[in-house]
Amino acid sequence: MPPALVGKVAHRLATRARWRLLEYAFWLAALASFFLLPNRHLILTEIAWLALFALSLDLILGYAGIISLGHAAFFGLGSYLAALLAKHGIVNEPVLALVLSGLCAAVLGFATSFLVLRGSDLTRLMVTLGVALIMREIANQIPDITGGADGLQGVVIAPILGLFQFDIFGHVAYAYCLIVLFILFLLARRVVYSPFGLSLRAVKGNPLRAASIGISVNARLVTIYTFAAFYAGIAGALLAQTTAFASLDVFSFERSADLLLVLIIGGTGYLYGGLIGAVIFKLMQDWIANLTPQYWQFWIGLVLVLIVLIGRDRIALRTGGVRLLAERITRRFAPAAAPVAVPPGEGS
Amino acid sequence: MPVVLETVALEKHFGGIAAVAGVSLSIEKGARHALIGPNGAGKTTVINLLTGVLRPTAGRILLEGEDITSLDAYKRVQRGLARTFQINQLFLDLTPLETVGLAISERLGSGAQWWRLVGSNPHVVEEIVEILGRFHLTDVMHERTGNLPYGKQRLLEIALAIACRPRVLLLDEPAAGVPEDERHEILATVAALPADVTVLLIEHDMDIVFSFADRISVLVNGALFVDGPPAEVARDPRVKAVYLGESLDA
Repeated sequence: MPPALVGKVAHRLATRARWRLLEYAFWLAALASFFLLPNRHLILTEIAWLALFALSLDLILGYAGIISLGHAAFFGLGSYLAALLAKHGIVNEPVLALVLSGLCAAVLGFATSFLVLRGSDLTRLMVTLGVALIMREIANQIPDITGGADGLQGVVIAPILGLFQFDIFGHVAYAYCLIVLFILFLLARRVVYSPFGLSLRAVKGNPLRAASIGISVNARLVTIYTFAAFYAGIAGALLAQTTAFASLDVFSFERSADLLLVLIIGGTGYLYGGLIGAVIFKLMQDWIANLTPQYWQFWIGLVLVLIVLIGRDRIALRTGGVRLLAERITRRFAPAAAPVAVPPGEGS
Repeated sequence: MPVVLETVALEKHFGGIAAVAGVSLSIEKGARHALIGPNGAGKTTVINLLTGVLRPTAGRILLEGEDITSLDAYKRVQRGLARTFQINQLFLDLTPLETVGLAISERLGSGAQWWRLVGSNPHVVEEIVEILGRFHLTDVMHERTGNLPYGKQRLLEIALAIACRPRVLLLDEPAAGVPEDERHEILATVAALPADVTVLLIEHDMDIVFSFADRISVLVNGALFVDGPPAEVARDPRVKAVYLGESLDA
């Protein structure tokens, strides 16, 4: 075999994971926002943990094809744990508490992953929704621990690493959330460009064939679901730590549903969808709520409908560029020229 | 020659219908074994049972003497049993390069690694290039699989099974839907398989069957009808009746 070709292919594979120019631009903009928008740090903090939460959903939805309407189960667990660890002084240092909360959410993710292995999208929607409702009701039923419907009051968060005390302007909070987001993004990026990440896309694309080349489909799904639950738990813990509060709405259905909305706005399966979606969603929410506080839901609903209607072409632009869009248009106007031969049916 | 793949009284019922009814099949090591029969005879169901896509209602499957009847599909692949599908089952959003690389990584046990980047293992890359070259896919290896012409997709379908480096290969109508002038390319790659690889072929085209097989089993209504060397099967009046009857119906 030609060694030159081997080198070329290896190079090509290596460049799959190379940082694109737009990626540098995105993170530079995020860094710049810290210095240039000091009086917007509170909303930027919210954007940062929402982005991490959406990244978590993208890992299972965009890469493994698992749709969920109950991702708040892991977010909420992480949130309550971080608040409880701080309130009772079990683990005072926020970073350590953050990791612990994420790990506990991962355990819950592992335990419930077996429920999403089988079944259609509809089954998965219902099962995940059910898990989140159960978690919410558990939190509601143990007010001695969680504070019940009043939420968990009196949480005091210690300085990060013993050095940086959270302030009311959100300066430290935003820096903290942004750094955590960036580190976990780097990890997620590594994972999706690994053989494991590639096999997830295979499992999503065609589970029958994936199993037929020796991929243990269930093991891969359990792994990514657990991993994503860890991310969601961290995101929830960030919310609790930056607000020094946890309440039942961390488990709410709206939170899971909004998260799907964030991903639909940003697009799935390229890691930045959740991040961009979070920015647009929060800014839109903030902007519209200032304009017409009572009609916020109306506008977000309208935007959702518009996005879904134009969604197909937007996705085409992203994945295949203009060429794919052009092909689609040509095909629409010349349906007779469909080049695909139809194989005989699976009759024998 | 030792028997590599064996079924013992294999049965599969769908509701009240017996799609496979008591099939006992022995396939010898290195055989070029063809499984033929009219439409609806249960050929694909047999393949699905052998590979673990379906679970049999009764009976056993032995691979190299070991009972694999209840083994998961992916574990059978790891034991050297690979297949192709009658209707292409590919990863439409991946490139042929990624697709083949996936199968090779999986075979070498590095498919679950999350800390390395794809392509960082030079052995995997060398093998990808070799297989893509062998199946005439080098020029399209960076294209999205879903955009490839059907003939190329068909080649990838077979390349993917070969990348699993099977000891037993099940080919479900490999030339199905491929135009006449592209068939030879696919058949040549099948003919060029190493002699110690055992091949079970399902095929409707009798020219392909008789040029390829050294043993033929005929399946009718889910049961094994005739089993023997090609010359013997060709002479069998019952086989002629089945095929003539079918062609008259059609």
